[in-house]
Amino acid sequence: MPQSEKAGERRPSQSKGNRLAGFFSSKSKEQQAASALQTSQLHQTPSPLVPGPSPPLPTISLSAATTGELQSDEAPTTLFEPPSADEARSQERRDAEFGPLLSRSHLYVSAHKGGSLDPPIEDEPPYYYVLTTYLSYLFLIFFGHAKDFFAKRFGAKKNYQTFTASNGFAPLCDDFDSFYIRRLKMRLDDCFARPTTGVPGRYVTLIDRKSENYNRSYKFTGTYTQTLNVSSYNYLGFAQSEGPCADAVEECVRKYGLSFASPRLDSGTSDLVQEVEREVAQFVGKPAAMVFSMGFVTNSGTFPALVSKGCLILSDELNHASIRVGARLSGAVIRSFKHNNMADLEEKLREAISQGQPRTHRPWKKILVAVEGLYSMEGTLVDLPGILALKKKYKFFLYVDEAHSIGALGPRGRGVCDYFGIDPAEVDILMGTLTKSFGANGGYVAAEKHIIDGLRMTNAAMLLGESPTPSVLMQILAALRVITGEMAPGQGEERLQRLAFNSRYLRLGLKRLGFIVYGHDDSPIIPILLYNPGKMSAFSHEMLKRKISVVIVGYPATPLITSRVRLCISAAHNKEDMDRILTACDEIGDILQLKFSTGIAGGQEPLPEGVTADTEKEWRRANGLEGVVKPPRWRLEDVIARGVQDTKEPLR
Amino acid sequence: MDLHEVQSHLHEWLQEAAVAFQKVPGSAVLIRYVRSSYQNDPVRSAIELVLFIFFIRYLLSPSYSTSKQNYVKFTEAEIDELVEEWTPEPLVAAPTAQAEADLEKVPVIVGPTGPKSRLANGKTVTNLASYNFYNFNANEQIKEKAIQTLRVYGVGPCGPPNFYATQDVHMKLEADIASYLGTEGCIIYAHAFSTITSVIPTFCKRGDIIVADRGVNYSIRRGIEVSRSTIKWYNHNDLEDLERVMRKIVQEQAGKKLTRRFIVTEGLFEMTGDMNDLPKLLELKEKYKFRIILDESSSFGVLGRTGRGLTEAQNVDPTQVDMIVGSLAGPLCAGGGFCAGSRAMVEHQRITSTAYTFSAALPAMLAVTASESLNLLQSNPEILQQCRENIRLMRAQLDPRSDWVTCTSAPENPVMILVLKPEVVKARRLSIEDQERLLQECVDEALANGVLITKLKCAPVSNHTSIKDGVWTVTPALKVCVSSGLSKKDVEKAGVTIRHAVTKVMTRKTNNKLNLPAA
Ligand SMILES: Cc1ncc(COP(=O)(O)O)c(C=O)c1O
Repeated sequence: MPQSEKAGERRPSQSKGNRLAGFFSSKSKEQQAASALQTSQLHQTPSPLVPGPSPPLPTISLSAATTGELQSDEAPTTLFEPPSADEARSQERRDAEFGPLLSRSHLYVSAHKGGSLDPPIEDEPPYYYVLTTYLSYLFLIFFGHAKDFFAKRFGAKKNYQTFTASNGFAPLCDDFDSFYIRRLKMRLDDCFARPTTGVPGRYVTLIDRKSENYNRSYKFTGTYTQTLNVSSYNYLGFAQSEGPCADAVEECVRKYGLSFASPRLDSGTSDLVQEVEREVAQFVGKPAAMVFSMGFVTNSGTFPALVSKGCLILSDELNHASIRVGARLSGAVIRSFKHNNMADLEEKLREAISQGQPRTHRPWKKILVAVEGLYSMEGTLVDLPGILALKKKYKFFLYVDEAHSIGALGPRGRGVCDYFGIDPAEVDILMGTLTKSFGANGGYVAAEKHIIDGLRMTNAAMLLGESPTPSVLMQILAALRVITGEMAPGQGEERLQRLAFNSRYLRLGLKRLGFIVYGHDDSPIIPILLYNPGKMSAFSHEMLKRKISVVIVGYPATPLITSRVRLCISAAHNKEDMDRILTACDEIGDILQLKFSTGIAGGQEPLPEGVTADTEKEWRRANGLEGVVKPPRWRLEDVIARGVQDTKEPLR
Repeated sequence: MDLHEVQSHLHEWLQEAAVAFQKVPGSAVLIRYVRSSYQNDPVRSAIELVLFIFFIRYLLSPSYSTSKQNYVKFTEAEIDELVEEWTPEPLVAAPTAQAEADLEKVPVIVGPTGPKSRLANGKTVTNLASYNFYNFNANEQIKEKAIQTLRVYGVGPCGPPNFYATQDVHMKLEADIASYLGTEGCIIYAHAFSTITSVIPTFCKRGDIIVADRGVNYSIRRGIEVSRSTIKWYNHNDLEDLERVMRKIVQEQAGKKLTRRFIVTEGLFEMTGDMNDLPKLLELKEKYKFRIILDESSSFGVLGRTGRGLTEAQNVDPTQVDMIVGSLAGPLCAGGGFCAGSRAMVEHQRITSTAYTFSAALPAMLAVTASESLNLLQSNPEILQQCRENIRLMRAQLDPRSDWVTCTSAPENPVMILVLKPEVVKARRLSIEDQERLLQECVDEALANGVLITKLKCAPVSNHTSIKDGVWTVTPALKVCVSSGLSKKDVEKAGVTIRHAVTKVMTRKTNNKLNLPAA
């Protein structure tokens, strides 16, 4: 009897996805991630249509890119005199890179409100959607194998070259990889790697292409589409071809040339790179920093310089591939803990310290906990207060990858420490990339001076990797100075606050419309859950029809069932853009049946007059509403009408 | 307590249990099922029960039963105590005095890098430490193009290539390189050092076999390590040894499932400067059915009439080499790296190569710079001639004339790797550290006389585990990079300066405790 009860309990505790997901993959986690779905193939037919280095920017008027409904409340960008045609055109271009702010009320300061960080509530769809998702994958796999069966026997040879042995050579890629690529990913392929031209700012210009053979190859149609860009990591809107940063970069190229053409320790160290390192250190609040010409190698080169055999790396299960590659190269033992789960981390720490190294039981030399500040697929923030509490007790070292959070979070844009109001000295290593918020390229590592000095001589990427080019360095420097207010005073602050406002506004709106979104409220990354694989490409196409470019992500970059679309918000957007996205999502949500949230994760009706968040409990008790959550299905007009005001309250 | 009591208690319990059981929803069905099946076939019920218990055991068993074999059980208090007692080592060991001194000596260039560069101490020196072989860094035409690109694309592409950051300029550069080299396709990475590190594990998986030269550079070693393939080394640039290793592998593998096999080597070796024999390699590769990954990071833009690299220099059809990996960050003065080869191979990387899919694309400015530099090289091969002339002049000053150092680089290699002559090392019994120290003194001495050269950075390679078997060691060396931007006179003068600096250091009293070699 008790046994059967236990068995009964056991079932729901299995996570819905994982058992089944396990069947579909015979691969290690790293490999799964490596063959990520969000990646793509571009069968590029060398086309004369691809313009040369300076292609003519397509002139597509902004109003054409705006949905009709919204034109009524388009803010008048009043200029006192009617501008000349030239001026108007250059203004239009500027606005396409960085949208004008429509009202001073569309600003918000992002900061943690104190206390520990609660994990965001993850809503779940009705079982129907889970079931159909699994069924879809089963169908895909079944048909895929059936097609392969015939194709291997009767199909055109050249399409199967890579996975069949020929001429004594083993196939170039494994069966699973190639099956997944040809039979699952190929169907969505046109949603990935869409070629673009020009600045990936507020708008991004796509080079149109079409496929006549089910995405096996593409032809350029010769036309361009300007779309609203919610796909680039352009958090602070520094992707610009004009303005203070671009001017500084131009001057710098004229002065320094194109490259330092040497690794840092040969002759690649310049006054410019030293200045950047000083300013980056100052910005993140550490005594010293060093910069690299790629964010990926910053991680993959730094871990081996920090830890080695006899050390332990405890890594969040959702950490980025570059951290995993770095950890693997270091020779240390790697274990992962559940995403952002402090209880699990503590348990792993207790076990690790008490058990010591495997087999020998020698104490670990050091334990390094690696986390990200803002997770790029989930939109969740690291529970930094929680980790630091553990750090005091367990004496591990902490490595925070701020790839997405630097610039994007905190009242002064200085990342998660700034956001939580924590002294950066408490984190041992602050790493970040300059690819995202700064609109440049590369990464940095900041720490105590003796640590950086030690790393400089041992980090292979520093000894042998190319040094950042002058143009990139100047972009970093200029962007930093704009954020701190040294250059173009006021602009940096406005960018930070626009980003925070936009992110919260859109997130609240989507929740109210009835979508399931993941992540913390202040995160500029907003994943909308789709579940069914077929909806990924459908969503992407519907958005493209409405001239909005989005990124879709599915298995294996996410668990099998939680396919999603990811919106990356930027300071270059304004409220009008957010409303345009909401309108599009509202329509598409109805077409694709995506509004299935239960309301536990937010989107509730506002409280009646006189009731505040503090007195909500009493009010609910008095009215018999305890535990009642209504699935939110707001009308679009109501969402827009209340959005600005409610964005500034705690989201509910 | 007599037997009767026990019996009645037992009866009561059973009764209670039965009532409780009946309350469980669905129990009636179960009871009916068991009864009917029992009447028909008691054995069946028993078997079902066993199966049922087995099923539950299976469900409850932990999914990993092997890892806990060596597990010691502690109480919570004991764990707390162990946590209390544990003290980690410092995160980064304090730098050694030598490392600190080296860090102090890293030259800092003020302003642009060029054949003549100004240092932070105000001195202008002849810069023979940078890969700016053709001085494209100062080329106004390229600069202008880069600035035009800046004014259309901004700097960063703000995302990975697969998410809207594949720009037309990237596609153009890929097409440019493919047509320059004569391969079917090409893929651009944002960082040269990381390119081959990512390419190798994309194709080489656990169970595959890699045969690599003992002298390969650190990027390749990293790639091999990440791939977790079986690795076999052959002696540096010894193709007979390579054949021996390959033959052995083929013999061992005979009859087993066909695995992918790769040869990984370099065109011009970064650590030693010498050149590979590609025709012979290709012959072996075809004979034993290996694929070849050729790292041309040091030879792309350097060897051959128009700089196409080893394939052009040795007159080989580039499509025969499965993958050619090269750098755009060196003499081309742009940034990033590439991998060229067949289309299928390139497309596979776009989906599964980590440094491509999980990293931001190359800035448009740098992509255009690379296209322009390639264009210049192709249309003005005399730039290469001029550089080679300078290499010849420099070499004449150093290799035959110096009593102390010898150049291991190929004659066309603008990076001259100068090692201490073996007889010197032997006569003075110089350890690796001694050599490092002496060479650093040479660098300092040359710099004091206005010539900036540098030392080969051996540490990452020599700390690499595969090196520790002692079969091959990295020899410390001076690195002298020749540029076409210098006049003949300058080159000769710099050569003399370096030669004299070496002689001065080697004959210093403090360094000369042992006998002079027979000169
Ligand atoms: C967490 C994290 N770390 C590192 C990187 C790599 O940065 P980069 O694109 O500059 O190579 C990324 C980029 O996607 C990232 O998300």
